[in-house]
Amino acid sequence: MAIATSTNKISIQIAGENALIIYFSEQTSCDVLVQVQQAERLVRQHMRQDIIDVVPSYASLLVMFNILTTDHHKVRNRLRDLLKDIENTVGNTEQPNNLLHSSIIELPVYYSTESGPELSIIANVNNLTIEQVIEIHQQQEYRVYAIGFAPGFAYLGEVDERISAPRLITPRMKVPKGAVAIADKQTAVYPSASPGGWNIIGLCPINMFDINAIPPMSVKVGDKVKFKAIDKNEYLALGGTLAALTWNASV
Amino acid sequence: MSLATGFLVNEPGMLSLIQDKGRFGTFNIGLTNGGPIDLLAFQWANRLCLNSLEATAIEVSIGGLSLLSKTDTTIAVTGANMLLTINGQVKDLWRSYTVRAGDSISLGYATAGVRCYLAVAGGFLITPSFGSTATVCRENIGGINGGKLVAGDMLACSAVTTEAKAQNFVLAEKQRPTFSNEVVLRTIPSYQQQHFSSQQQRLFYSSEYTVSKNFDRMGYRLEGAAIACDIEGVLSEGICHGAIQIPSDGQPIVLMNDRQTIGGYPKIGAVSSVDIAKLGQLSQSGKVRFEPISMEKAHNLFHLSLSHFKRTVLRRCD
Repeated sequence: MAIATSTNKISIQIAGENALIIYFSEQTSCDVLVQVQQAERLVRQHMRQDIIDVVPSYASLLVMFNILTTDHHKVRNRLRDLLKDIENTVGNTEQPNNLLHSSIIELPVYYSTESGPELSIIANVNNLTIEQVIEIHQQQEYRVYAIGFAPGFAYLGEVDERISAPRLITPRMKVPKGAVAIADKQTAVYPSASPGGWNIIGLCPINMFDINAIPPMSVKVGDKVKFKAIDKNEYLALGGTLAALTWNASV
Repeated sequence: MSLATGFLVNEPGMLSLIQDKGRFGTFNIGLTNGGPIDLLAFQWANRLCLNSLEATAIEVSIGGLSLLSKTDTTIAVTGANMLLTINGQVKDLWRSYTVRAGDSISLGYATAGVRCYLAVAGGFLITPSFGSTATVCRENIGGINGGKLVAGDMLACSAVTTEAKAQNFVLAEKQRPTFSNEVVLRTIPSYQQQHFSSQQQRLFYSSEYTVSKNFDRMGYRLEGAAIACDIEGVLSEGICHGAIQIPSDGQPIVLMNDRQTIGGYPKIGAVSSVDIAKLGQLSQSGKVRFEPISMEKAHNLFHLSLSHFKRTVLRRCD
């Protein structure tokens, strides 16, 4: 299928003085994400000495190297070798999905109009009931496509077309910690209070980023996430705060 | 064994941050680098105190920091021209001084450049987060409680042995960097550069840009000739130090130490590390030009700068 074609598109470009970026495709998909994840693992395994950081995202892998120990020619050649291994495995059968060492994480969400101000808007725009929106959001198993922009922010895809919604025209100055939100075909849980323009549909009481925990995040790129509805009492029992519920009035 | 003692923050100034070399290897959980914007000045401050080049120091932006020493030790201040006084007496930057318990150390406001580095013998003793003491305010991580210094903060450092206290060092005047209000940023064309037409690239590399009021440790927004790109954006991807983002208004943003880890705006290139430090010493209305260079040239610049730093000998002084 399309895997072979997308493999041919793998290219290595210069990003900066100490960074090369591998592009796997111009579009993201589960297969592309598998390649990103495999490449990340290989780079971390085989290039440990020369690597400062590796950043996986939707369809690319940024490789930052130590300019004191290596140069971009050596890094590029090494990456080419490692990528050959990926092309070989991807060219084969159904292998790639089996190679994914991903876990499934279930996150509880208190969906309600009280905790999700855009729930009714998404329902109205798409001719659904609020209950249907909640149901559809839970049906999907989401992939972590990228982590970043802010600590612990995981971009999850893809959201069912029936409940996808564009970003708010005017972003909020403050989105509460734990807000479960939708932007286009992506969904996410805000790991901390921050400005944001996503449509909020509920609140998750689980800490997405704990500075004192090892590891500080329970998900990584390639993992799967499922959401499960809980009621207000369960939300509070799991550590959810009422402050997060009343934020809307105070902003 | 050296006892922890330290400095009391009397006045924090505009923006004073605990910084070490920065936080690396944490982009996969969304944590950015932080670290000194002017790496060279930071390293000189540490070298003047006979520290490891990565020791924790204070980055003072704009100025106004005032400290009370609670110990006998050695300090050095390097970087932007700020008036340094110890007990009210004017002192030079780019050299180390012996200070005593009870001494007060103050920095005025920068007259050239933006950022100074204040190092202390042995470095400030700050508990690292994710392997680094670097403060990134936006992430609420590093430094003391994840934020900028505030009045009343106590900054621990090691007590210094008698021998170490005896000798001070100075960087010869002709070796000190100077701070101009106009800089050329040597830039490696990279990322989505092929999505900028050759005409747009010529425009970019031949225009003068002005630093807007929106400049900080995250990024420097520039104003000048708008650059058009034939795509609106890309799938979010990892952003390296110095990357030049061109949003839809065409005004370049150079991304610095506290940049977002991933982003989807098209990028035309990345500024060489030696020149990012120069940009980071500019403030609003500073002038910037970009000059395209090859990756090889960028590596040469880096290694030349490093070897110059290593070869430069500090003079002893009293």
